[in-house]
Amino acid sequence: MSRHTLSVLVENKPGVLTRVAGLFARRSFNIHSLAVGPTEHDEISRITVVVDVDALPLEQVTKQLNKLINVIKIVELEDAASVQRELLLVKVRAEGPVRTQVLEVVELFRAHVVDVVPDTVTIEATGSPGKLTALLAALEPFGVREIVQSGIVAIGRGPRSITDRALERVTRSA
Amino acid sequence: MVQGPHPAPPRRPATPAAPAGAPEPREPARLAEPTAARPRPVVTAQVTGAKSIVRSLEEAGAEVVFGIPGGAILPTYDPLMDSTRLRHILVRHEQGGGHAATGYAQATGKVGVTMATSGPGATNLVTPIADANMDSIPLVAITGQVGASLIGTDAFQEADIVGITLPITKHNFLVTDPDDIPRTIAEAFHIASTGRPGPVLVDIAKSAMQTDTTFTWPQQLDLPGYHPVTKPHGKQIREAARLLATARRPVLMVGGGVIRSGASAELRRLVDESGAAVVTTLMARGALPDTHPQHLGMPGMHGTVAAVAALQKADLVVALGARFDDRVTGKLSSFAPNATIVHADIDPAEIGKNRAADVPIVGDLREVITDLLPELAREQVQHGKPDLEAWWQQIDSWRETFPLGYDEPTDGHLAPQHVISRIGELSGPESIFVSGVGQHQMWAAQFIKYQRPNSWLNSGGLGTMGFSVPAAMGAKVGQPDRTVWAIDGDGCFQMTNQELATCTINEIPIKVAVINNSSLGMVRQWQTLFYESRYSNTDLHTGHGTIHVPDFVKLADAYGAVGLRCETTADVDATIKRAMEIDDQPVVVDFTVSRDSMVWPMVAAGVSNDDIQYARGISPAWDRED
Repeated sequence: MSRHTLSVLVENKPGVLTRVAGLFARRSFNIHSLAVGPTEHDEISRITVVVDVDALPLEQVTKQLNKLINVIKIVELEDAASVQRELLLVKVRAEGPVRTQVLEVVELFRAHVVDVVPDTVTIEATGSPGKLTALLAALEPFGVREIVQSGIVAIGRGPRSITDRALERVTRSA
Repeated sequence: MVQGPHPAPPRRPATPAAPAGAPEPREPARLAEPTAARPRPVVTAQVTGAKSIVRSLEEAGAEVVFGIPGGAILPTYDPLMDSTRLRHILVRHEQGGGHAATGYAQATGKVGVTMATSGPGATNLVTPIADANMDSIPLVAITGQVGASLIGTDAFQEADIVGITLPITKHNFLVTDPDDIPRTIAEAFHIASTGRPGPVLVDIAKSAMQTDTTFTWPQQLDLPGYHPVTKPHGKQIREAARLLATARRPVLMVGGGVIRSGASAELRRLVDESGAAVVTTLMARGALPDTHPQHLGMPGMHGTVAAVAALQKADLVVALGARFDDRVTGKLSSFAPNATIVHADIDPAEIGKNRAADVPIVGDLREVITDLLPELAREQVQHGKPDLEAWWQQIDSWRETFPLGYDEPTDGHLAPQHVISRIGELSGPESIFVSGVGQHQMWAAQFIKYQRPNSWLNSGGLGTMGFSVPAAMGAKVGQPDRTVWAIDGDGCFQMTNQELATCTINEIPIKVAVINNSSLGMVRQWQTLFYESRYSNTDLHTGHGTIHVPDFVKLADAYGAVGLRCETTADVDATIKRAMEIDDQPVVVDFTVSRDSMVWPMVAAGVSNDDIQYARGISPAWDRED
């Protein structure tokens, strides 16, 4: 079993996320994380989905996804050739003298404090899944009260855009 | 008709394709209507959404709609009444309408159309839609939905049919804006009929039907993510040809894709020129004439010993539009263990799904085989015609030792295999045979000699009991000049026989052979073999010596059909002939057959095909043949 990050360009239409998520459930593919958002083109949304599968089932995943009428393009983003980021918001107990230590950790991980009340700080951090795991481990001793985390978003390194070719198709008929 | 090259470029925004009077661009090649290629002027009209639905169906090439009205689809049924191009056939249950549409589609190669109202009307279509999805049948289902403002409120007769059918359609749509109706219906027909065919559901809000809109045809399609590949890759074709020219034990495993792509003529040439053995799966019966000397019959759980053994011993399996279903492969890990696999299919996701392919070929089967033929000839020039003498000797010994056959029942009742054989022989290969699911289905697949594609219709993938009567009805509507036999079981028949009313009233004279063993026969067979003959809930009390509930002869009579009963072997031929003489009414023949007859050969579920039993307890001894 290995982890794969897929960027899935889909038509920006109602229900498309359900189609994609439903397909994963139906075919017994395991979703590790999922993030959806707009792209530079109004008519295209981008789903970043991280799956835990072997190479051959992964081929099935992409083929099955490609069968969905609303899916325009699928690209696997290799770790080395892409930038992958998650967003983490975490509420940590930080009373009295401990607060300085918490803020040191925040500094060390280049995170930010986005909310402060007398006994708690809320920290925002972005980074690779590994970095965020390390941040959480460092904060754990102070008392983590609440965590919310986004799915991974990923983009290929270099000048090329994966929407280029998909876009060509969309504009050809405009 | 829909327009645009294939793959179709998307449209943005929704506008008429061309100014009035401009010629329409070329049609997509695979749309079936013969008149489609003629350029037609652009049509524009101010109409209601309901009328727009009817006009769109007409322009999309629909000729027959099987359906039932109800609240949410009611606005559409009003203009439907005035349509001279659409024949609407009022069915008695939406499931019947759905299967009738798929039977029509299978018999004609056109897109079948069914129509239902919201809520229960739509949910009753779930089974035929799932059936069409498994067997790749082009179907467009139009359902009414509650008004747009009521969606999501648990309104009367509201069901999220788009959500419900998401996993069992090729695609589906919810339409709330009447302006979207023509384009959506054009897309639905295009998606249903191109690539790997399948069902498309279009759910249309009642409010959209009741609003004024502009109907325009032809429409440009907006499907940026839909590009079925039909042209196979040349390099893979050459590799397949090389393997086929050099294999010593080649088998062509022909699946339903050959039927759907209309590639029977091309297949025939490939068979003749390759010299390979051929098996046709349950979905492909008729793709190659059963009388062809290289045809070993059906593979799989109830396949012939020769077909199953040839696959097991093959050094090359060329799968043509077959999907390595578990009923064909048996235990997957021991299926065709020594074979190199060439797998050609129009659906890339089928390739490598169950069995890894050594040579994957994505493409329309007709194009695949057409491209393969000259390459094979070239390879044969290079390598010489393959010497398959030893292979055929082995195959012939299997055929001689283990021909299809059956034991006469000892209880004095009819042998179901005999009845079905005689129906096939007396009715002939120009007829259409439509089965339900179970023992009678397997016997009909085994014992009728199919000579042409689309003469055998059944529910292969989903295994839908009750398929037979409504699908036969649809087939007869599509092919009114052919004799259409529903070969049904007493269990299946009781699931959908209400459509006999539709048949009688609409003068659709199908013939129903109820292979009545007074039980859920296939389940009973499994109980005999695997549950110590404990017959839990499989007795239906419909047969000889029972209370006959229902009495199928009286039932036929009640529906305005002719009811006949046949209980002795001596009467079989005369009864079939009598049924064939009646051409102005449906006929139901109650053949009271033995309940102890079993389907053989058999590979038990989950075991290796090597363990095929020719008859109970009799397995071929493979070692001797090696």
